[in-house]
Amino acid sequence: MVSGNSLYGPLDPAPDAGYTDAPPRKGFFTDTSVCIGCKACEVACKEWNAVPMDGLNLLGMSYDNTGGLTANSWRAVHFIEQPVPAGRRTPPFEHTPTGPTGTHDQAVVAAGTVQDTGTEPGVGPAPDVLAAARTITPAGGTSPGSDPQFLGMPGVDLPGRIGDPGNRTDFRWLMMSNVCKHCTHAGCLDVCPTGSLFRTEFGTVVVQEDICNGCGYCIPACPYGVIDQRKDDGRAWKCTLCYDRLGEGQTPACAQACPTQSIQYGDLDELRTRAQERVERLHEVGVPEARLYGHDPDDGVGGDGAFFLLLDEPEVYGLPPDPIVTTRDLPQMYKRMGLAAAAMAAVAVAAFARGTR
Amino acid sequence: MSGPPDETTAAHEVDPQADRQAPPAEARPHEAQMWSQGRGRSRRRGGRRPGGEELNVPPAEFRSYYGRPIIKPPVWHHDIAAYLFTGGLAAGSSLIAAGADVTGRPALRRAGRLTSMGALLASTYFLINDLGRPERFHHMLRVAKVTSPMSMGTWILSAYGGAAGVAAVAEAAPLLPERGLLGLVRKMLPFTGRAAGLAAAAAAPALATYTAVLLADTAVPSWHEAYPDLPFVFAGSALAAGAGAGLIAAPVAETGPARRLAVAGAAVELTAIHRVEHGMGLVSEPYRKDRAGHLLRTARTLTMLGAAGAVVGRRSRLVSAVSGAALLAGSLATRFGVYEAGMASARDPKYTVVPQRERLEARESLAHEPKVQSP
Repeated sequence: MVSGNSLYGPLDPAPDAGYTDAPPRKGFFTDTSVCIGCKACEVACKEWNAVPMDGLNLLGMSYDNTGGLTANSWRAVHFIEQPVPAGRRTPPFEHTPTGPTGTHDQAVVAAGTVQDTGTEPGVGPAPDVLAAARTITPAGGTSPGSDPQFLGMPGVDLPGRIGDPGNRTDFRWLMMSNVCKHCTHAGCLDVCPTGSLFRTEFGTVVVQEDICNGCGYCIPACPYGVIDQRKDDGRAWKCTLCYDRLGEGQTPACAQACPTQSIQYGDLDELRTRAQERVERLHEVGVPEARLYGHDPDDGVGGDGAFFLLLDEPEVYGLPPDPIVTTRDLPQMYKRMGLAAAAMAAVAVAAFARGTR
Repeated sequence: MSGPPDETTAAHEVDPQADRQAPPAEARPHEAQMWSQGRGRSRRRGGRRPGGEELNVPPAEFRSYYGRPIIKPPVWHHDIAAYLFTGGLAAGSSLIAAGADVTGRPALRRAGRLTSMGALLASTYFLINDLGRPERFHHMLRVAKVTSPMSMGTWILSAYGGAAGVAAVAEAAPLLPERGLLGLVRKMLPFTGRAAGLAAAAAAPALATYTAVLLADTAVPSWHEAYPDLPFVFAGSALAAGAGAGLIAAPVAETGPARRLAVAGAAVELTAIHRVEHGMGLVSEPYRKDRAGHLLRTARTLTMLGAAGAVVGRRSRLVSAVSGAALLAGSLATRFGVYEAGMASARDPKYTVVPQRERLEARESLAHEPKVQSP
């Protein structure tokens, strides 16, 4: 079953793992162009999989207060605000009042510290935004002491009502529901020393919680930073692509709950075709920045089981631009280790041989 | 597939030569990134420039998700860094013990065997203590998996541990009575000890070097890219540490080979770590900055002093012992330095994004070249 591409290159993972009658490979296609950031996927995932709460956090960076995938967030909706026009190139605020969409003072929301997410490394604590607010020099330019007190409330002014009317900034929001990629060549699975992580018949990657001993090796092995340790529990956790639902022929909870079909579940081959059509359609209607991510079986991880349609570079969404499974280089690593070990033995023999006379 | 208009792609400049590493996202100055619209920022935070450091890395531009790390840093604690040291010490000591046994140096043999036993016990403790579920440590023995250096290491350590344990127990022979059944055991032990010691020495080089593969076989940029040199760093460091323990514990008359090993180990380690610190472009940077840089500079000084002392002090027990201590401390600092450098490279998205972006662009320009030339 082990083929020349078992460590790297295009591959159908389930037969390679030894399944003789594997069903077609399942996966997710997450189309971020229709994501509305509602977080129904996050909630559905938590509900179905009984994933513990990870705290009520205000991270003070965007409307994303989940912060990323952790042991307690198997779906995480990322949110990015950019000062560029949205999709169709028609100025969205023509003939409306002008002015910046808000000032820095307004953008600061109240959050002193953040609750512990209960995961390790999880999501870091938020910056102390109250302290940050104090550092802002108000638009009026007067001295900080004599100005309106910052009370830690979100802004309530309409865009354009305050500030310089000439400085209208256009902007767009990017939203993406991030999830485990269920790689063809999964670093986490390759390095797991207990066999806790395994490849399912659907080609997905799942942790067996009764086997995992919390060695933590999978966590730095993941090129996407997905799998994570639950601190009070010690074991590693991540998306299972709802293995229990798949076995019953059901759709994973997040895809089931997604109201805009941003998350689509199905046979991977079909999803890839559908995604290709979608990206072509978007190019036709004037969204040239639409691109697929993780769809290519020739990429560094042999293609993702969960892939994406993005509207900007992957790193803007917190995704690595060119991930490569670390075990691609493992044969070379063992070779270098062998050389070093041989050198070590030779040096030791030489050091004693000279001494015997 | 081009990006959106250029006002967003005007990424921030990162000065890779800045002496101080940008702190992790949560500790960054708030005003730096709260409104950075998806762009990552590593800000220079003052601080001195290191004298004589190589300043050959071009300024890197990159974007990120509000400065958050892309990969997750390892959840390991300092147990693992400590194990890198104790594992190496055990391996180096076993090699020395076997050599001393074969060449008739009983004090050096005893020192080597007992050191390796102590280091082995410490290693086992550190490894189990670092697990999220220590009571499940034996799950490591469910499978033998070539793609997992940790699984391979478990089996190497198990094989080595058994042999090194027997060799250490053999040192108890003189404590047994000369007659009776125990007397027979007393006569047998030296032969058993030699066989076990040689077996441990055979496994020792693998034990000393697999940990380099363990670190390199991750997505941590500064560990992964160092995979050609890291095994040599750890091999040299293990020899220097083992020799250091021998220099402390054995009389000068027997430590000739230990001195040679100290010098050879130090030379291998310092050459290899120099390549790691300077040969990998941007991902070498964490080895020169902050805590990792400080630890590795300390390690270099201690290792050089220890090796020099091992040569100079060949007639003085005191100088030998001090040199041995310096070698041990140097090895310890090397392991913690390498560990910290990897952690730092995982925490800053710069080290993940910039090299991958460069790789992607190099590949794209390669793919476009023939098209440009053909018409």
